[in-house]
Amino acid sequence: MIKNKTYNRKKIVTVFFLCFAVFAALMGRLFYLMVFHSDYYMEKAKQLHERERSIKAARGRIIDANGTVIADNKTVCTISVIHSQIKEPDKIVEVLSRELELSEDYVRKRVEKYSSIERIKSNVDKEKGDAIRAYNLAGVKVDEDYKRYYPYDSLASKVLGFTGGDNQGIIGLEVKYEEYLKGQEGTILTITDARGIEIDEAGEERIEPVPGNDLYISLDMNIQSYATQLAKQTMETKEAERVSIIVMNPQNGEIMAMVDVPEFDLNHPYDLPEGTDTENISEEKKQELLNAVWRNGCISDTYEPGSTFKVITAAAGLEEGVVTVEDRFSCPGYIMVEDRRIRCHKTSGHGAENFVEGTMNSCNPVFITVGLRLGVDNYYKYFKQFGLLEKTGVDLPGEAGTIMHRKEDMKAVELATVSFGQSFQITPIQLAATVSSIINGGRRITPHFAVMTADREEKQMKSFTYPVTKSIVSEETSATMRMILEQVVAAGSGKNGHVEGARVGGKTATSQTLPRGSGRYIASFVGFAPADNPKVLALAIIHNPQGVYYGGQVAAPVVRQLFENILPYLGEMDYN
Amino acid sequence: MQEESFFDYTLLFDVLFLLAFGLVVLYSTSSYIASLEHEGDSAYYLKRQMGATVLGMVVMMVVANIPYHFWERFAVLGYVVSVVLILLVLTPLGIERNGARRWLNILGVSLQPAEVAKLAMILFLASLVCKMGKNIRTRKGFWIMIGVPLPICILVYVVTQNLSSAIIIFGIAALMLFVSSPDYKKFVLIALGGVAAAALLIFLIANAADSDSLSFRGGRILAWLDPEAYADSKGFQTLQALYAIGSGGIWGKGLGKSMQKLGFLPEAQNDMIFSIICEELGLFGAAAVMLLFLLLIWRFMVIANNAPDLFGAMLVVGVMGHIAIQVILNIAVVTNTIPNTGISLPFISYGGSSVLFLLIEMGIVLSVGKGIRLKDL
Repeated sequence: MIKNKTYNRKKIVTVFFLCFAVFAALMGRLFYLMVFHSDYYMEKAKQLHERERSIKAARGRIIDANGTVIADNKTVCTISVIHSQIKEPDKIVEVLSRELELSEDYVRKRVEKYSSIERIKSNVDKEKGDAIRAYNLAGVKVDEDYKRYYPYDSLASKVLGFTGGDNQGIIGLEVKYEEYLKGQEGTILTITDARGIEIDEAGEERIEPVPGNDLYISLDMNIQSYATQLAKQTMETKEAERVSIIVMNPQNGEIMAMVDVPEFDLNHPYDLPEGTDTENISEEKKQELLNAVWRNGCISDTYEPGSTFKVITAAAGLEEGVVTVEDRFSCPGYIMVEDRRIRCHKTSGHGAENFVEGTMNSCNPVFITVGLRLGVDNYYKYFKQFGLLEKTGVDLPGEAGTIMHRKEDMKAVELATVSFGQSFQITPIQLAATVSSIINGGRRITPHFAVMTADREEKQMKSFTYPVTKSIVSEETSATMRMILEQVVAAGSGKNGHVEGARVGGKTATSQTLPRGSGRYIASFVGFAPADNPKVLALAIIHNPQGVYYGGQVAAPVVRQLFENILPYLGEMDYN
Repeated sequence: MQEESFFDYTLLFDVLFLLAFGLVVLYSTSSYIASLEHEGDSAYYLKRQMGATVLGMVVMMVVANIPYHFWERFAVLGYVVSVVLILLVLTPLGIERNGARRWLNILGVSLQPAEVAKLAMILFLASLVCKMGKNIRTRKGFWIMIGVPLPICILVYVVTQNLSSAIIIFGIAALMLFVSSPDYKKFVLIALGGVAAAALLIFLIANAADSDSLSFRGGRILAWLDPEAYADSKGFQTLQALYAIGSGGIWGKGLGKSMQKLGFLPEAQNDMIFSIICEELGLFGAAAVMLLFLLLIWRFMVIANNAPDLFGAMLVVGVMGHIAIQVILNIAVVTNTIPNTGISLPFISYGGSSVLFLLIEMGIVLSVGKGIRLKDL
């Protein structure tokens, strides 16, 4: 038997101390990880273990000038199943198919599908969701959600716009004021295992959502509703393609109504108009059709304004001093501009007339003369000064710009046609805003809807301000224009716009759409009241009316009926 | 004349405590995953481990009461049997788990030949040292001691693709050689050379221009240097282990409250169990476990130094090397001190073969301890 020698023993002790040293080093490493780096790894681990579920925020409401809620939220439920937590699949299939009126096969397929979470149905009424929750079925989740709801269906559809699946604004004010309306999503933080299953004992952390702010707008649903009714009626009786009406306060630019019939149902914005063949069209084509349905002609489409634009020519001429109200003109039924013979709408001619009478007659040669007296430079200067070269800045998305000759290309003939409102295009809102600015004392206003936003408690309010450009025309010119336009309605071509007991000013227009000779016309009338101190301005545009198509016959009565109803309502009617 | 016999109760109770502690931690770590994998049977791993532990304790007590010289005659046979068992892995008897073919199915019981080989190597080398006597001091003796374990190491590495076990077996042999030889200088030089070679290898891999061209193990070294850069692949397990260790802090989250064991940390009940100990019991619990192992190693030293003869001492040195190397490597892997390689923590990690053979080794150590005459102490 070999003895255990001393050197063996020494070596064994050495081995032990080597182990001891390595153990000490590892202990140091652990100390480093668990004391100095503990916070770092703890935070990393926490991020790994937590799952975020977002809670939708209630979208801010839209409230009209009278305090009526015109865009609201309703609570709906989304029913889903979580496969790994299901205990009684047969009962779930039975209850869900009965309560949600779905086929058993449909529900069973989803219940048996191996996925983390499977949606059975969304947009379920709250009562139904509560009923399903009351069954207390393991693995069935009823999540509450908000859905945008428009109590007035199609009223002001193109102004308000609607929201998409994530409650985000798609068109109209809904998208323009998204940042105020949308609010802040909340979150539910839950602790899960590696498969994503919640650990019950761990509880959950909630960060409450912040609801969006309400948007208060100048739109008055009473006026909107009456204007819509008139527009629909006119569209039917005149078999027109489209009828647009804008009602605004010319003093500050607040829009009271904006109608562009046909409108669409805000609660079902993806339904195409009845009679559309939806079977055989591509998605792209369908989207094109929908875009056409949603398009707000008042701001997105341009047209040749025709005679209503004579208001601008007149204001420019008066302001520049090239014409006075007493200036006399003679109309033989046409006027020669260079080698071109431009006809008046009255081919027999208006004969001798002064400037006021010329305006009352809407006489083309008078305005061509004024335009030529101004010259291209001056005319262009006023066109620009009145803000016609820029967009109005209305607070709706998709505003179109003006289509105008370049100054270099403008010769006498072009100047002549522009003077009576042809050969260029502007939007209806541009015309309404420009006429408002000329008759309100010369302040170029920005047409708009939004007045302020505020939270539900009406604290933290924010009022919106809009740019105003002063003195685009003098107070004097503005007063003269009000006087002339009152005469147009009192005894001129706009007499169908006259309202008994009120002072109304206005101008008619009848323009043939391009290509000329197609027999398609646009009849329009812009009117305001009271004529001496305008509080309301209305523009009515009827596209392609059948039969009589003169603005004085078709459009002026629309504004008259509108004023007859809303002037008393606005307290601007002289009952004496 | 009846001499007073010695029995190392300190060692026995240390082992029993580690086993009991190991079962508690194993249940805590594995119950969640077990109930998912085995239809709600949260004690699946615990029950299997308990079976191996009970069997192991019985075998340990039997072995402890057999004089250790009884085993000397099986030294060569043990060597041959381990070679055969390792090769059997290639036959249909072999079992593949988690993509590695390392186990044998013998009469319905699974067995890891590498565990047998560790024990056989300790026995063979102890007997060889005694046979060589003074010849071990010669160069020839040195090379014989180095050469004998190599075939086994290569087989374990090549056949069962188990680098960790090969390293452990070679480590045990090296340690036994170190103790049996009076020389120091040679070993210091070899150790320095080894460290230098490893450093050079790491340097080359870390600077390799194209990491795609690196082998499986080269990628592991890159993941070791920066686990967060390889968080989705090779650094994943290491990073999850670090999350567990770091979130333990000084006092831990409390027994049973680990989050990382809920499927986040792969092999939590196995090679990575020490990180769950850190998460639940904190630096305090981890240090306590390390002290228990240090106590074990201290008892091995005491028994080896007082063993009646060189054969007994060498057996204990082998066991000491086995446990020390495995504990050190396991904790080093878990704390990302060295590159990731699969090494279980003795007595605590899940694994029946491992615990059974460790307990046989404990039996041998206790048997050597019984040979100590008290007057020698």
